[in-house]
Amino acid sequence: MSNTSRRDLIKATGALALGAAVPMVSVRSARATPATMRTAIHQAIGDAQVFKGKVTLDIPPLVENGNTVACSVSVDSPMTQADHVKAIHIFNEKNPQPNVLSVKLSPRSGRARVDTRIRLADTQTVIAIAELSDGSFWSGSADVVITLGACLEDG
Amino acid sequence: MAARALINVPPKAKRGDVIAIKALISHHMETGFRHSTTGVLYPRDIITDFLVKYNGEEIFRAAFYPAISANPFIVFYTVATESGTIDFAWTGDNGFSATQSAQITVE
Repeated sequence: MSNTSRRDLIKATGALALGAAVPMVSVRSARATPATMRTAIHQAIGDAQVFKGKVTLDIPPLVENGNTVACSVSVDSPMTQADHVKAIHIFNEKNPQPNVLSVKLSPRSGRARVDTRIRLADTQTVIAIAELSDGSFWSGSADVVITLGACLEDG
Repeated sequence: MAARALINVPPKAKRGDVIAIKALISHHMETGFRHSTTGVLYPRDIITDFLVKYNGEEIFRAAFYPAISANPFIVFYTVATESGTIDFAWTGDNGFSATQSAQITVE
């Protein structure tokens, strides 16, 4: 009997600790969260199902300065009239805003690849979603560790 | 504001080749999320759109967000179809607008 009550006590303190953690999260509400990223993805592509694969998001896994992070997205596609990538969208989890870049491609692109430099505010997962000509959506992601974040430092 | 734009297009290409095009423009891309030391928010000032036309036909379009680094740099690809002009246009907040063009000879 005393054993169960001790267990209950441990459970209760665990729940308390979780409860205490919630306000800490809301303090950082100025930043995007995985939930706001999902909303942004929904705004860009609607209710479509997103499959994993075909998309390669290449970002260095460890970055010192989040102000300029080399980022390249390539999609496995022949880029023909019948089968090509129509658009690529890049999203992040923890910047103040979840959108990063959207590009439109066509069979004239010849190659489904885009390189750019982006800002990342924090250690996080970046996701790229490609829209194919057959209407399907494919995604690839990359985990990045940032030692000095971008965007939020004051100048 | 006069922005300096640098573009790299191969001057010559074989018909049907896939060529890489690089475009860089000077712009501070102020995110709109930073505050000054006195707590005043710096208003957003970014380039929002980038459009590329090959002999008048759109071949590439991009929408930039504040998460694009200062001095936006982008590399994309296109098929060299015919000799002519490739036009680049950047537009953004506060009426920002810049254009640049490059010639390509396709053999």
